[in-house]
Amino acid sequence: MPKKIRLSIPDRIFMFCVYFFLFLAMLLVIYPLIFIISASFSEPSNVLTGKVWLLPVDFSLFSYQAVFKNKQILSGYFNSAWYTVVGTAISVALTIMAAFPLSRKGFYGKNVFMGLFLFTMLFSGGLIPTYLLLKNIGMINTRWAIVIPNAIAVWLVIIARTFFQQNVPEELYEAAEIDGCDDFRFLIKMVLPLSGPIVAVIALNYAVWIWNGYYDALIYLTDQKKYPLQIILRDILILNRVDINTVSDLESSMRKQGLAVVLKYSLIVVASAPLLVVYPFLQKYFVKGILIGSVKG
Amino acid sequence: MSKATLPLAVHPVPAIRPMNSLKKKILRHWQLYVIMMFPLFCLILFKYVPMIGLQIAFKTYRVRAGIWNSPFVGWKHFIRFFESPSTMDIIWNTVSLSLYSIAASFPLAILLAIALNEAQHQRLKKMVQLITYAPYFISTVVLVSMLNQFLDPRIGVLSMMMQQFGIDTRNIMGNPDLFRHLYVWSGIWQSTGYSAIIYLAALTGISHELTEAAVIDGCTRIKRIWHVDLPGIRPSVVTLLVLNMGYVMSVGFEKVFLMQSPSILNVSEVMSTYIYRIGLQNSDYSYSTAIGLVNSIINLILILTVNQIARKTGEQALW
Repeated sequence: MPKKIRLSIPDRIFMFCVYFFLFLAMLLVIYPLIFIISASFSEPSNVLTGKVWLLPVDFSLFSYQAVFKNKQILSGYFNSAWYTVVGTAISVALTIMAAFPLSRKGFYGKNVFMGLFLFTMLFSGGLIPTYLLLKNIGMINTRWAIVIPNAIAVWLVIIARTFFQQNVPEELYEAAEIDGCDDFRFLIKMVLPLSGPIVAVIALNYAVWIWNGYYDALIYLTDQKKYPLQIILRDILILNRVDINTVSDLESSMRKQGLAVVLKYSLIVVASAPLLVVYPFLQKYFVKGILIGSVKG
Repeated sequence: MSKATLPLAVHPVPAIRPMNSLKKKILRHWQLYVIMMFPLFCLILFKYVPMIGLQIAFKTYRVRAGIWNSPFVGWKHFIRFFESPSTMDIIWNTVSLSLYSIAASFPLAILLAIALNEAQHQRLKKMVQLITYAPYFISTVVLVSMLNQFLDPRIGVLSMMMQQFGIDTRNIMGNPDLFRHLYVWSGIWQSTGYSAIIYLAALTGISHELTEAAVIDGCTRIKRIWHVDLPGIRPSVVTLLVLNMGYVMSVGFEKVFLMQSPSILNVSEVMSTYIYRIGLQNSDYSYSTAIGLVNSIINLILILTVNQIARKTGEQALW
């Protein structure tokens, strides 16, 4: 399309509206984020008196020191990292193991298996029956309760299956079979090397899900030592259960008050940074996941 | 099938008898079944075994007796639920929150996708996408605490701005009239960029010939969007709408639970939080399970109905 065509008046007004809308959307989304970062790097008393509105006022790392001194936060961080790494590994393995047979033509009865997976999207036992099951098998208050019961997300199984169907042709399997390759080896030697992008897509989705979630921990964990970061955040940010004296030994009450506020902003930054820093580089995988998912399987 | 082309030596299956064909089909790919065993075991243990536990909705659960031996009470818990004065409020809270959320977020996501699709400036387009997508990665806990911080009457940056315009900001988070708006609009802030991706993909899939024909026929951009773009993304919109309508009763627990406070409980109690409160906070297992079962069944009926309607009206249904 030639670019230099002069637009008619209605079209020019229209384009102005488009750009205005985009700018507005961008501003509305980014302002709160900028404010949080600026506030977290400001001297606490300036935040308290409302001097900070866009950029940091009197740059200070004071609250970050307090955050990293807090044992609870550190343990939550460590736990979340563990849940995310172990949980993602388990979830990805199980998802591939479900999706690979389901994608194969020769897998007799695959509609029945698919039905079993799909039905769980429509109907479930619910909170208490699941809770009782975990209690009966002794999983309550173990780390496994966070990473195993909800390890399989059916929509990601569907995405992986669709990917295999589109990218691993049945002919490839037939050729491999003639060469004496069985299903195990076919999965490991042929399918997995072809599946880099889809593994990335599902791993990232699981990782974000686990890192940001708190529901399972709220229900299944009672031991503080096992709490993931989100539960700790809830205690500090929303229930205000933090004793400021444990994180600093400040004299002036004004600074103490300010610190209680700025600490929250720094905590938000520290908790969200891992994902927000990484996602621009991995954005295409997320987008890919959404797009494969939107193709009717 | 290509079975005939395969050399027999690879499959030392003895004499071919029609009776054994099922066994043969399974044996030929026995390894696939072994692979499937692990996820299937998880699925059955953690999703299907709890369904057996649903029977405690018809019993009065006692820890000692367990699921099977607790005394049977029939419909008692269901009757109690439907006779309870707060039930209608909770159902209304759930449905209205869902519908408000769908009604407000769908048009905005489509609008953003259309604006992105129209923008000629590639750099700007990329940047807007990247930024509007970012809040999707923020956790619910952080999102709700941002609301709390920004709307804090003393130190909140938003409430300070509102005070400049003479708005009373003393009790925004605790105001029952504002809960739904805060819930929905913070959700829009968080997920519009994410939702727009799918529509943008659908928009880029619209054939250029249609667009060009419209331009040649003298369509203004607005008209083109109305007559070419919107019909073009209609299947995606309907599919997503069906999905969302089907989940009207399952408003997410996480965000509502975090936003709840005693002063706004009458508008913010939804099914999922009520089930949690009855079940795990009051330890009334059977009653909670009964409510959960009602909720699951309504959900199931809803999604089947909506899907059926979509299919009958010639739209793209889920199945």
